[in-house]
Amino acid sequence: MLLYILNMLVFGLGLYCLIAKRHIIKKIIGMVIIEYSVNLFLILVGYRINGIAPILSPGENPIVFSQVAVDPLPQALVLTSIVIGLGTLALMAAYSIKLYEKYRTFDMSEINRLKG
Amino acid sequence: MLEIILIFIIVGTVIAIETRNMLSSVIAVGAVGFGVSLMFLFLQAPDIAITQVIVEILSLIILIRTTTYADNEAIEKRLDTFANMTGLIFLGLFLAFCYWAFSDLTSFGQPLMNVSQYYLSAGLTDTGAANIVAAVILDYRAYDTLGEAIVIFTSILGAFVLLRTKGKKKTEEKDIEKVGIPE
Repeated sequence: MLLYILNMLVFGLGLYCLIAKRHIIKKIIGMVIIEYSVNLFLILVGYRINGIAPILSPGENPIVFSQVAVDPLPQALVLTSIVIGLGTLALMAAYSIKLYEKYRTFDMSEINRLKG
Repeated sequence: MLEIILIFIIVGTVIAIETRNMLSSVIAVGAVGFGVSLMFLFLQAPDIAITQVIVEILSLIILIRTTTYADNEAIEKRLDTFANMTGLIFLGLFLAFCYWAFSDLTSFGQPLMNVSQYYLSAGLTDTGAANIVAAVILDYRAYDTLGEAIVIFTSILGAFVLLRTKGKKKTEEKDIEKVGIPE
């Protein structure tokens, strides 16, 4: 339970960064931190005490293996989620560069004022 | 052990949020990412740990490129105490709700494995893959992986379209030649 709460504290800090900061790159950083925290939470939920990685080594008994290995399903889904995080990060960086070229600033409230 | 790494992650997050210099803020995010990767390694997820390291390095490169595009000074703006206090109160409320909601989850270390138990016991005979994570990605949930590949492709295509300069300039010049520059 302590691990879950600490993990959600990271989520809350990322949310604060996303909302309160005015620099666009700070906002992107908040987004990245939220992403890390959610990925980590899914892996934490699937952990089994004293578990082993879900990879069969040669000569291992499959029945014993299925009783001690950690949950492979969240690992498989988080694996693709991490790579999608990289793709969306590239998109966000491209947008912020475009915004800088148009408005010559990274300040969000300044961009709101200059709009139109 | 896991708590120590999580506290390291929290400290890195606070540094990343509150540092004035944008470049050191980005570097702190890199430290957080490597901490998360270490956490994955201790949680018996080696595939994800390797992927996280690679993705972390690439995203660090992207963020540093974006930061050095302009001067890397942070925007000076102090929140007043009222906003700070409200933020802290809502963070506390959020954590309290999390505590209340997580009491419905199974406790740490005893996962609910209704579907995964089948994957673990029959994965080798069904798919022939010794790595059950690879079996889930590429066999049991291959359509899911295909959809996620489409998402990655779309986002990279969007970034490419936003950042290209050559094609756009050419068409604009052609338009000017066609219409003629208004005097």
